[in-house]
Amino acid sequence: MALPYYVSPEQMMQDRAEYAKKGIARGRSIIALEYDKGLLLLADNPSSLKKISEVYDRIAFAGAGKYSEFENLRKAGIRHADLKGYLYSREDVNARSLANAYSQMLGTLFSQETKPFEVEILIVEVGAAPAGQNEIYRISFDGSIFDEKGFTVIGGKADTLFAFLKGRYQVFPLAEALHLCVKTLGEGNRQEVALEGLEVAILERGQPGRAFRRLSSAELALHFKTN
Amino acid sequence: MFTPGDPGSSFYQLLKARHPERFAPVADLPAGGAMDLSARVPHGTTVLALRFRDGAVIAGDRRATEGYTIAERDIQKVHATDHWSAIAFAGAAGPCMEFARLFRVELEHYEKLEGVELSMDGKANKMAQMIRGNLPLAMQGLVVVPIFVGYDVVSGYGRVFKFDIAGGQYEEQEFCAVGSGGKDAKGTLKKLFKKDLAQEEAVHVAIEALYDAADSDIATGGPDLVRGIYPIVKVITRDGVRDVAESTVKRGVEHIIQKETR
Repeated sequence: MALPYYVSPEQMMQDRAEYAKKGIARGRSIIALEYDKGLLLLADNPSSLKKISEVYDRIAFAGAGKYSEFENLRKAGIRHADLKGYLYSREDVNARSLANAYSQMLGTLFSQETKPFEVEILIVEVGAAPAGQNEIYRISFDGSIFDEKGFTVIGGKADTLFAFLKGRYQVFPLAEALHLCVKTLGEGNRQEVALEGLEVAILERGQPGRAFRRLSSAELALHFKTN
Repeated sequence: MFTPGDPGSSFYQLLKARHPERFAPVADLPAGGAMDLSARVPHGTTVLALRFRDGAVIAGDRRATEGYTIAERDIQKVHATDHWSAIAFAGAAGPCMEFARLFRVELEHYEKLEGVELSMDGKANKMAQMIRGNLPLAMQGLVVVPIFVGYDVVSGYGRVFKFDIAGGQYEEQEFCAVGSGGKDAKGTLKKLFKKDLAQEEAVHVAIEALYDAADSDIATGGPDLVRGIYPIVKVITRDGVRDVAESTVKRGVEHIIQKETR
């Protein structure tokens, strides 16, 4: 009987992590950022296949990496949230519990499946009006979960973009926040960013019901014209 | 997605797969009225809808009855289900409210998963399937009979659908009314309905039809001037679903009372 080759657990985890990281870094970046009246999600994504999505009244999702994999996660999240909101109450659905569920799921997949998910996702929740706290959770391919403050970046050259934002971030009005995000993306790509190639959505604070809204490229252009 | 049993983009299918017990008929309760539940749970009575030039009006009275007792005086039977559609129901109040809530989540769930809204026909077909699914409970007396109206953004006009308990779906070109006072309301609608009514006129026709239904049917609540409870009326146009203000409904009711007083 042929014995399988021995691979140490450290080596195996390291290989898997490297594999997943490589897949995520190949893609383009997504920025999540708080502005004065809510939360902004901006993806460098010229495709009609969306990376940002509404999940629940005040919760949104963004995924970087392999589309088929984060699309599955997105659907699972919407199903989880809608079921919970229907069986209990709409106000019982929150980002923290959803982020935890994702973390559990990705953690299990990372250690048990042959191939880890090549994804990094964001779950963000805008605070209930008027003084509620915004929440930004970043969940990595291995299930590790980070509670981010103010802003974060996933996918592509996330570290470079994060470092660029770090010195410049403040709680801006929407137009200025958009400018900063576009500038940040340009810095990462080392070239001008075309507005038509952006996927932008906001969660507006103080909206009754569903707070998620996509900004069309026409609307986006308006923000860049006035300044 | 392509595997059998996958709920796809339907919340109703998802709920059925995860919580089948919610859809099961009540055990040990013989079907066919041996122990009719309809006298034991509150029932909503008269709702109606009609088309007008720019869309559709949907309205309902406020009473729920339990046999010969008035169970609720201010129940809401008309609900917006999304930006472009609304539902009103007659039948067992609890299951009806649950149904309205479920349908609202169904539409939102689909929109979130697919990234686009269901078409107007898609919404009506889905509702028919869900009512068909309720047939076992309907046979035990927990009947849900809705009216569904919406603004078809593609075609650019209002649409009115009614359903039977077996999931039959009927699109109406003019108006419809269901519930215990539905027949009386229909009489008034038949007399007053005209093609291409203005919104104000259509709202008034709806209020008058409900008034007449309450006049002839004991289970339909008329305007309650003492407590200040008036019918709920909503209009659906290309601007979406909008409530008709209570003050407007009140004025309409007062106008009718003035006309009828001898």
